[in-house]
Amino acid sequence: MILAWLILLPFAGGLLAWLAASRGDAWPRWISLIALLAELAALAVLWAGFARGGSLAAPGRWLSELDLSWIPALGARFHLALDGVGLLMLLLTTFLGIIAVVASWEGIGYRTGFFHFNLLWILAAISGVFLAVDLFLFYFFWELMLMPLYFIIGIWGHENRVYATLKFFIFTQASSLVMLVAILGLYFVHGRASGNYTFDYLKLLGTPMSSFTEMALMLGFFIAFAVKLPVLPLHSWLPDAHTEAPTAGSVHLAGLVLKVGAFGMLRFLIPLFPHAASDFSPLAMTLAVAGILYGALLAFTQTDLKRMVAYTSISHMGFVLLGVFAWNQLALEGAVIVMIAHGVSTGALFVIAGDLQDRIHSRDIDRMGGLWSMMPRMGGAALLFALASLGLPGLGNFVGEFLVLLGAYQASIPLAVLASLGFIVSTVYALWLVQGVFLGVNRRKLRLPDYNLRESAVMAALIVVITALGLYPQPVLNTARGAIKKLSGYAAGYHRPHKADPGAQPGPVAGVRRQGGGS
Amino acid sequence: MSGQDFVSLLPLTVMASAAVLIMLAVSVRRSHLFVLLITLAGLAGAAAMLPVAAQAGPRNVTSLLVIDGYALFYTGLILAATFGVALFSFVYLRRREGQQEELYLLLLLAALGAAVMASSSHFASLFLGLELVSSSLFVLIAYPRGRVNIEAGVKYLILASVSTTFLLFGMALVYAQTGTMEFARLAALSGSWDGGGALVATGLGLMAVGLGFKLALVPFHMWAPDVYQGAPAPVTAFVATVSKVGVFALALRFFGQVGIRPHAHLFLLFTIVAVASMLAGNLLALLQDNVKRMLAYSSIAHLGYLLVAFLADGPLAVTAVTFYLSAYLATMLGAFGVLAVMPLRGGAEAEAVHDYRGLFWRRPWLAAAFAVILFSLAGIPMTAGFIGKFYLLDAGTGSSLWLLVFSMVAGSGISIYYYLRLVVMMYMRPREAGLRESASFPLAGSLALSAALGVIFWLGVYPAPFIDMIEKTANLK
Repeated sequence: MILAWLILLPFAGGLLAWLAASRGDAWPRWISLIALLAELAALAVLWAGFARGGSLAAPGRWLSELDLSWIPALGARFHLALDGVGLLMLLLTTFLGIIAVVASWEGIGYRTGFFHFNLLWILAAISGVFLAVDLFLFYFFWELMLMPLYFIIGIWGHENRVYATLKFFIFTQASSLVMLVAILGLYFVHGRASGNYTFDYLKLLGTPMSSFTEMALMLGFFIAFAVKLPVLPLHSWLPDAHTEAPTAGSVHLAGLVLKVGAFGMLRFLIPLFPHAASDFSPLAMTLAVAGILYGALLAFTQTDLKRMVAYTSISHMGFVLLGVFAWNQLALEGAVIVMIAHGVSTGALFVIAGDLQDRIHSRDIDRMGGLWSMMPRMGGAALLFALASLGLPGLGNFVGEFLVLLGAYQASIPLAVLASLGFIVSTVYALWLVQGVFLGVNRRKLRLPDYNLRESAVMAALIVVITALGLYPQPVLNTARGAIKKLSGYAAGYHRPHKADPGAQPGPVAGVRRQGGGS
Repeated sequence: MSGQDFVSLLPLTVMASAAVLIMLAVSVRRSHLFVLLITLAGLAGAAAMLPVAAQAGPRNVTSLLVIDGYALFYTGLILAATFGVALFSFVYLRRREGQQEELYLLLLLAALGAAVMASSSHFASLFLGLELVSSSLFVLIAYPRGRVNIEAGVKYLILASVSTTFLLFGMALVYAQTGTMEFARLAALSGSWDGGGALVATGLGLMAVGLGFKLALVPFHMWAPDVYQGAPAPVTAFVATVSKVGVFALALRFFGQVGIRPHAHLFLLFTIVAVASMLAGNLLALLQDNVKRMLAYSSIAHLGYLLVAFLADGPLAVTAVTFYLSAYLATMLGAFGVLAVMPLRGGAEAEAVHDYRGLFWRRPWLAAAFAVILFSLAGIPMTAGFIGKFYLLDAGTGSSLWLLVFSMVAGSGISIYYYLRLVVMMYMRPREAGLRESASFPLAGSLALSAALGVIFWLGVYPAPFIDMIEKTANLK
């Protein structure tokens, strides 16, 4: 039942925050903060319990499960289950939720109740996505997360928000409907073969089908996940939405919504359709590498600070896609770390961009410069997260991207080599960001206040997490390992001998893992 | 006719008596509230008779009507929707001049017609029900509001007559070839048409055209936007919900018995109509600046979606159609309900998209309700529209109707744009004072709107009991 509470808590908190808004603007903020802190505490207790009990390491079982009847006529059940990767994603979700609430403590001037309602409902829906193991329920939460996000960007966003929200909504909605058809296709294929019409994930695994059907269904899922991730040709909604969103919206988008796409591939796409995914993997990995380089190059050419950070997201998520489709223990562990590290580091950069915008009412890098002397605290934080973004050893992103490259090397050497070029380009944009904003001459003679206590606390929390992840990622890897083994077991067909991808062998992975894990 | 037959007919009889009672009451003394109460009591009484009629069991009352679970379920839907329309009409008419009482009389008659259609098993009762709806609607659409709706009323009159002609000619051809007008006997003869069935085929095609006019499917949809725009908002709600539900219930029963799958040309005709309705309805809705016209095109598209399940076979199809129609009914009723209770713009209805600018900031609850309704039309989770759309895709995929399924996906993708545009409008900062505010929110309006919203959420979050009910009662064996 604890799993249902994890979803219900933010739902209820959101409703309460909205209703309490009539008592004053402080109420919704405190209610949201308390609800999310309670959620984080619950997750931490759960995590500690699993770690002590040793259930994290045991593959093949859920950490916790809830299965209730919901719509029997459709074969849909209210079936939630938690594994290590899901637990990490929930921790990230709640942590970034708290960051978003505290970071927008003062920035939201009107309708604070409705704002926090939407903020918490996004978190609730995303938690649902990470927990659902019934495909109908998964789709339900998947779609539910859009509506509040749409309101957040549409009401509290910047100048061009209407265009950005419509584009975002149409991209995601149209692709989700394709996934819905694929879900239904799988439902009927499985139902006809077994006589049991169900949306249950575990039962749908290993459904026998022709290779054409499998490829068609896999592509249906892939389109929806690829739009969220985003994968190269489907990314054009992302810079607009990220740029126009208010700080909390950008943090949610970059930190959480993109992860949902990656999580979907990890949990659903490859385990459900291992053979088709395997045939598709050369193309997917090529797109991933193209995304890494393209995102980094475009980030470098931007003058809008938020747009720049948005393009770096495309680059980082390319690593996740690469890791997922390389599909070996190392690459998957790397992908999970990148997901967390990217959520934290990009979230931090968006918070900084938002704080800058609150101060100088512009996101134009050309109009900034020399801000370090007035705002050393903000400058220091920005430098640290820029370095994290370029993959400096000792910070979280490095661990993840390094593991992904190690794993990808086993799958395809040329692609791994090309992807590592991403490190070079990311150095350029990260240093460019610091140079353009904080160093150089303060030509406009701006006088700005540095971070106050609240803003410093936000940054401190983010810095602690990204550094801990960089220096001692072992607890996170331990948490993810059991789940990844389980997923690999489901997708055993992925590395069966096939023509397209001869480099990938599960054999040597175990040997290299010790080095990778200790980095 | 036996005593049991009269018991079966009780819901229809109660509705008819309420109509007669209103006529008598109006001739004695005019009182808007009193007539509303008679209407509501009549509808509630008829609804209370549904279980009684259900206990009498499924039975054929003469060869004209069949009172089975399916008919009673749809009668229930029609009663509930008419109840809502009556409440909205009360709010709407109270703020306007003119005769008010006759509207309820006509509403009851039209609802009776729709219920007869849902129960009909014979061409004659089909035609009677249809004409009862149409002739009430001529007057309702032209109900005193000014020049616009006289035009709309005349348009509906002409098009309804044309479609009736198609329908009658189609029936005549079928009768000429088969010698029967009963659905059941037609279905029994169904196998023997394959040889020289050109007349029957043409007849069925013409009937489909006639019904297509009533449902405003593309390419028989031209009347819909003008009539929706011209009619008073509560009447538009009635046209969009009750009259369509009646016709669709009939079409589902008739074509379900006769069978579409065996007749390749009928299947092709319906497929073309469905794809055209989904795509043209949604594309044309994009271009509208008038909310009523937009909703008219949107309802064309929704009827197109319904055809996806209509063309699928199996028991799932009937459940899917019935569920979707129920969801559509609650949602469309809510949408036009919002239009009916919206603050006035200089005495006219607030029907331009920009009238909704900033509604979130002036009327947060009304705007939130409208947003939920639009989300339900768009098929966002937690609303009835989501489960409904899922059900239709479920039925379509189950029968491998890929063209239809992907047209529906494309149509839904397009539709997001215009639904969201209205939501965007509502939360933009208002530019000027705009609409005249009425201080109080009418109670009848809030009641009906909350009921519609309650149904939308209920069907969207926990639809299992409702689906159970549909499967138990509204199955067409």
